[in-house]
Amino acid sequence: MTSELDIFVGNTTLIDEDVYRLWLDGYSVGDAVALRVRSGILEQTGATAAVLQSDTMDHYRTFHMLERLLHAPPKLLHQLIYQIPPSRQALLIERYYAFDEAFVREVLGKKLSKGTKKDLDDISTKTGITLKSCRRQFDNFKRVFKVVEEMRGSLVDNVQQHFLLSDRLARDYAAIVFFANNRFETGKKKLQYLSFGDFAFCAELMIQNWTLGAVGEAPTDPDSQVDDMDMDLDKEFLQDLKELKVLVADKDLLDLHKSLVCTALRGKLGVFSEMEANFKNLSRGLVNVATKLTHNKDVRDLFVDLVEKFVEPCRSDHWPLSDVRLFLNQYSASVHSLDGFRHQALWDRYMGTLRGCLLRLYHD
Amino acid sequence: MPGKLKVKIVAGRHLPVMDRASDLTDAFVEVKFGNTTFKTDVYPKSLNPQWNSEWFKFEVDDEDLQDEPLQITVLDHDTYSANDAIGKVYIDIDPLLYSEAATVISGWFPIYDTIHGIRGEINVVVKVDLFNDLNRFRQSSCGVKFFCTTSIPKCYRAVIIHGFVEELVVNEDPEYQWIDRIRTPRASNEARQRLISLMSGELQRKIGLKVLEMRGNAVVGYLQCFDLEGESGLVVRAIGTACTLDKLSSPAAFLPACNSPSKEMKEIPFNEDPNPNTHSSGPSTPLKNQTYSFSPSKSYSRQSSSSDTDLSLTPKTGMGSGSAGKEGGPFKALLRQQTQSALEQREFPFFTLTAFPPGFLVHVGGVVSARSVKLLDRIHNPAFVGIMGNTRSYKLLDWNSFNSDEPETRDAWWAEIRQEIKSHAKALGCHAVVGYSESTSICEEVCILSASGTAAVLNPRFLQDGTVEGCLEQRLEENLPAGCGFCHIPYDELNMPFPAHLTYCYNCRKQKVPDVLFTTIDLPTDATVIGKGCLIQARLCRLKKKAQAEANATAISNLLPFMEYEVHTQLMNKLKLKGMNALFGLRIQITVGENMLMGLASATGVYLAALPTPGGIQIAGKTPNDGSYEQHISHMQKKINDTIAKNKELYEINPPEISEEIIGSPIPEPRQRSRLLRSQSESSDEVTELDLSHGKKDAFVLEIDDTDAMEDVHSLLTDVPPPSGFYSCNTEIMPGINNWTSEIQMFTSVRVIRLSSLNLTNHALNKNFNDLCENLLKSLYFKLRSMIPCCLCHVNFTVSLPEDELIQVTVTAVAITFDKNQALQTTKAHVEKSLQRASTDNEELLQFPLELCSDSLPSHPFPPAKEHLESASSNSGIPAAQRAVTVEKTSPMGEGNFRNRSAAPCANSTVGVVKMTPLSFIPGAKITKYLGIINMFFIRETTSLREEGGVSGFLHAFIAEVFAMVRAHVAALGGNAVVSYIMKQCVFMENPNKNQAQCLINVSGDAVVFARESELEVVSTQQPAANCQPACTGGEVTT
Repeated sequence: MTSELDIFVGNTTLIDEDVYRLWLDGYSVGDAVALRVRSGILEQTGATAAVLQSDTMDHYRTFHMLERLLHAPPKLLHQLIYQIPPSRQALLIERYYAFDEAFVREVLGKKLSKGTKKDLDDISTKTGITLKSCRRQFDNFKRVFKVVEEMRGSLVDNVQQHFLLSDRLARDYAAIVFFANNRFETGKKKLQYLSFGDFAFCAELMIQNWTLGAVGEAPTDPDSQVDDMDMDLDKEFLQDLKELKVLVADKDLLDLHKSLVCTALRGKLGVFSEMEANFKNLSRGLVNVATKLTHNKDVRDLFVDLVEKFVEPCRSDHWPLSDVRLFLNQYSASVHSLDGFRHQALWDRYMGTLRGCLLRLYHD
Repeated sequence: MPGKLKVKIVAGRHLPVMDRASDLTDAFVEVKFGNTTFKTDVYPKSLNPQWNSEWFKFEVDDEDLQDEPLQITVLDHDTYSANDAIGKVYIDIDPLLYSEAATVISGWFPIYDTIHGIRGEINVVVKVDLFNDLNRFRQSSCGVKFFCTTSIPKCYRAVIIHGFVEELVVNEDPEYQWIDRIRTPRASNEARQRLISLMSGELQRKIGLKVLEMRGNAVVGYLQCFDLEGESGLVVRAIGTACTLDKLSSPAAFLPACNSPSKEMKEIPFNEDPNPNTHSSGPSTPLKNQTYSFSPSKSYSRQSSSSDTDLSLTPKTGMGSGSAGKEGGPFKALLRQQTQSALEQREFPFFTLTAFPPGFLVHVGGVVSARSVKLLDRIHNPAFVGIMGNTRSYKLLDWNSFNSDEPETRDAWWAEIRQEIKSHAKALGCHAVVGYSESTSICEEVCILSASGTAAVLNPRFLQDGTVEGCLEQRLEENLPAGCGFCHIPYDELNMPFPAHLTYCYNCRKQKVPDVLFTTIDLPTDATVIGKGCLIQARLCRLKKKAQAEANATAISNLLPFMEYEVHTQLMNKLKLKGMNALFGLRIQITVGENMLMGLASATGVYLAALPTPGGIQIAGKTPNDGSYEQHISHMQKKINDTIAKNKELYEINPPEISEEIIGSPIPEPRQRSRLLRSQSESSDEVTELDLSHGKKDAFVLEIDDTDAMEDVHSLLTDVPPPSGFYSCNTEIMPGINNWTSEIQMFTSVRVIRLSSLNLTNHALNKNFNDLCENLLKSLYFKLRSMIPCCLCHVNFTVSLPEDELIQVTVTAVAITFDKNQALQTTKAHVEKSLQRASTDNEELLQFPLELCSDSLPSHPFPPAKEHLESASSNSGIPAAQRAVTVEKTSPMGEGNFRNRSAAPCANSTVGVVKMTPLSFIPGAKITKYLGIINMFFIRETTSLREEGGVSGFLHAFIAEVFAMVRAHVAALGGNAVVSYIMKQCVFMENPNKNQAQCLINVSGDAVVFARESELEVVSTQQPAANCQPACTGGEVTT
């Protein structure tokens, strides 16, 4: 007796969250059944392995049929074939677009191209995530990228509108898309200690402050706006950053800056002497990062540079985070007292974001 | 008189890409009704075209309005080659023809293609202007309402229940026409879909005419089926119950059901008569074996071997109307109906209803059934091959002769069966048959026709013309005690049609009752039941030799009585094992295949307080000297006794007075034993005299004389009860559960198994079949475990044998959750209330016999679970129909609907929820309007089976699509649910070698508008809460 055909169709489509997770994680039906057996479900329900097999097959078939719709979530809402309560639809979409931390760290900042897709095998072996799941996550990134790439307006809003993701997940995708578009290097060994959350945090700050859309000069003059609003860094801004060079090139200005900071922080900083000794190096590092951003190559190395030029020196001197915060605040603010420096707004736009990023990046 | 049909094509969405080069589609629409076709403009290069067409107007006869479907075809315009069809939508405009039903059909319909499935959606608006028609000779029957529901629909009351209406129409099957050799599968499928749609419309119109002749205005319990007879044609037949219904308009009628306490929950103690002794001293047991009065075997052989000429001699007993519609003019039809209608009604006092207004059902005799084996015409001529590449050969028929005599033949066949049913009912002292249904099973050229129902005595006051004999009046004068009257025997005790064991009713102690009662109806509202009920199934397979034509029919005829007997035995054994004494909703299905017969009986077992406590089951061995054997027997006996005791506990069967006795001694004294002969070598000539009474009441003995018998006993014990928190029944509602909450899940499950062809024995076959059904049930329990505590209601199994070694089982049912705690609290109150209620009901009944308020039907057993209802309804976000419709209209495309970032994105869904249920009601809600009947037929075919996920993927997608199309039609009518939904046919054929499969599905139901009871109470205050749905919760990044 062999089962030729075995199906269950509900008027309301049944979604088993556990099986959905197994499916998303890329397990085969056989593996999924084995995992479910191990979870003790047979004992809880008194079912047999055959029942479990049939149930798993059924759910997998349903998910497979739903997958086409999940590629364009608004379709899932408007389609008539599967009657799914809104809360369940949201769950399906949200889980489908969720990704693994380990995976996203591997591809963050990489070009979402065929070449990278070929590397998925290695990523799968390295992370222990099934190849199938890697593919889904990669394809999700790529799909979202493709859809929002050419769009104007807020990146997060665009992602949310077209993929109906939660605010949180839409922000993450915005970060992924932003990183992929600007190709920030995140894979270097010295960046390994950073989590996706760290990068996403920085991405959000940069999108808010450093892109075209950030300035608020929005679509007043649509003809001149060739570039995307949120995806690309504001070229003009990057160009202007060269002006900051004076802060370290002009020795008087640098000394004055240093004395202002030191005076303000004396007695408040545990690592005052180290700061005093390192001030010029740190300041040079931070300003040089700014002035180099006109080159694509240097933009990509932004995070490497920040870690090399700032995070690592401070860390080797064992600065506590509170001291780093105090220093950065004072370092940014003191520039306003430098009479010879005319680019206060530019400095704030640069340093405001950088300060936020550095504080986030500063941990073990 | 003409009517005007107006159609507007608004827009399309999600169309498939038809032009690979541009990834777009140049879509336009053809709107066809009858022979008139209109076209929209081409909307170029879009997958979401906005046609916004003018109103296309068709001026047509109302006869055509009833018969013809509106046919909408979406095409892709192609300048250089033929336009490609994207898909079609068939819209049955019948619901627009009743005054009280829908006024407009408007909404998104899935565009369906028989090869590709659903391909996008189209927004259509349809209206009908109908002129009043006073022509007496008219052929149309606009205005007659049809209901699939087998009880008086909820917002109506029955003024008169007229009786049985039937009709059938026959046509050639397009798939077997010569042209099928040269046309595409798509064209063939569409021809078939269209033809069946046309035939259904014609059939409904003709039935409507009969109803008008009877001065009724509605058909309730309308059941339409089609028989695919292969080369001998396509039969569409329907039966129903003609009624005159009145719409209930007073608001009082819509009071939440909690005000009318459910009556089936009565656990009435036996107050009136504390004398317990009758138990053992009654006369010998009757079991309504006559209920199982199958046709004598002689008659089988005669019928099966009968030729056409033989049949044409069969008197037509006034049923030959099927043919008249085609050949005869209106005048002739009228004449015929005038002369025959009155007679006909008396000829077959059948009712397709399964639940009745209080007081309608006086006594129930038992199940009556009849089967007959027929040979479909076969003319030996050159052959052609069907599209599925079957090796069977088909021939060209002479359609002229075919059309002229086919309907009479089929009518005569059914007339014969109905006559038999009627005579069986008479033998039981009953003048009517309720819960009546008909079915067929066809394999090649052999066809088994079956009919069954429940013999009953009805209260003549509800029937128009008092066909009932005068003696009945006497009975009616007696003040029938509530809750047991229907159990009292209708036949004469001294002149019983079969040996039976009667006792005085355990409830009233005045009338005689049998010890076991089998019926095909739902549990009457006022029945007193102890404990809960459960689904009981008997499953049976019998091998048969492959044979041709008459030899085959004879072989089947000879097997049938044995099958019926064994199915009955199994039912009886299982009933006893459950400690119950009555079956409701009994449905026995016999399916014929090439080399086997399958029998599947489903029913809901209950313990009726009025009937005596069932005895246990005693096992007797044949070789008493063998010690180990004896030990084995006693071991089994113990197991059986344990099972009975366990079941009694499980189903809460504690008859008040005699409970100790039951548990203490399931096996009564030996002197009461009598042997049951169950040997298969029994002479088959005696079949008609088969004693199905199984001896005396307390002495149910299973004699184990061979391994088969042993296995049977084993299989009895292997039926696993549902896991705790689960109940199941095949009736509308579960006896003993009355606190349903509003969560429902209707589903269809299909399984096909392939038998290993080697060495198939009856025994192995039985085991396979049994496992198939049991595993299927287990799977259902597992899948629906999140709904616990819940009950599977209206569990409907259908068995078919699509090929030699394939068995297909299709199950449709609904899972309904209930509130466990509330049951405990309310039980007591209900008992008291129901006692009072019962007596008042009776008084009312005598005073106003015609005030049949459907509201007190069994289907409203919902105590006020307000918090529950409210939370549930807001969770599921069910919008009232109107709301759903307006939402749809205001956001036609949904683009730009998701601007609002802070709102949860998914709350913007524009698709209204449509509930589907095989029941006649929606738990926790009131049906406020019936919008018309849904009767849809679909064919799906594929030539890329593997690519579509194999047979499972193919059928899964198809059934989901069928559900979607039903829902879309209901939503377009302005409804939000389908009740009395039934999948009448699911014919699946595959040819894996050719990578092909084909499936035909026929579904029907009643489209309705319902409102939550909680909403009804606070109509205005409840605003749509959809906008504040909690945002998606699963937003965490997985780690």
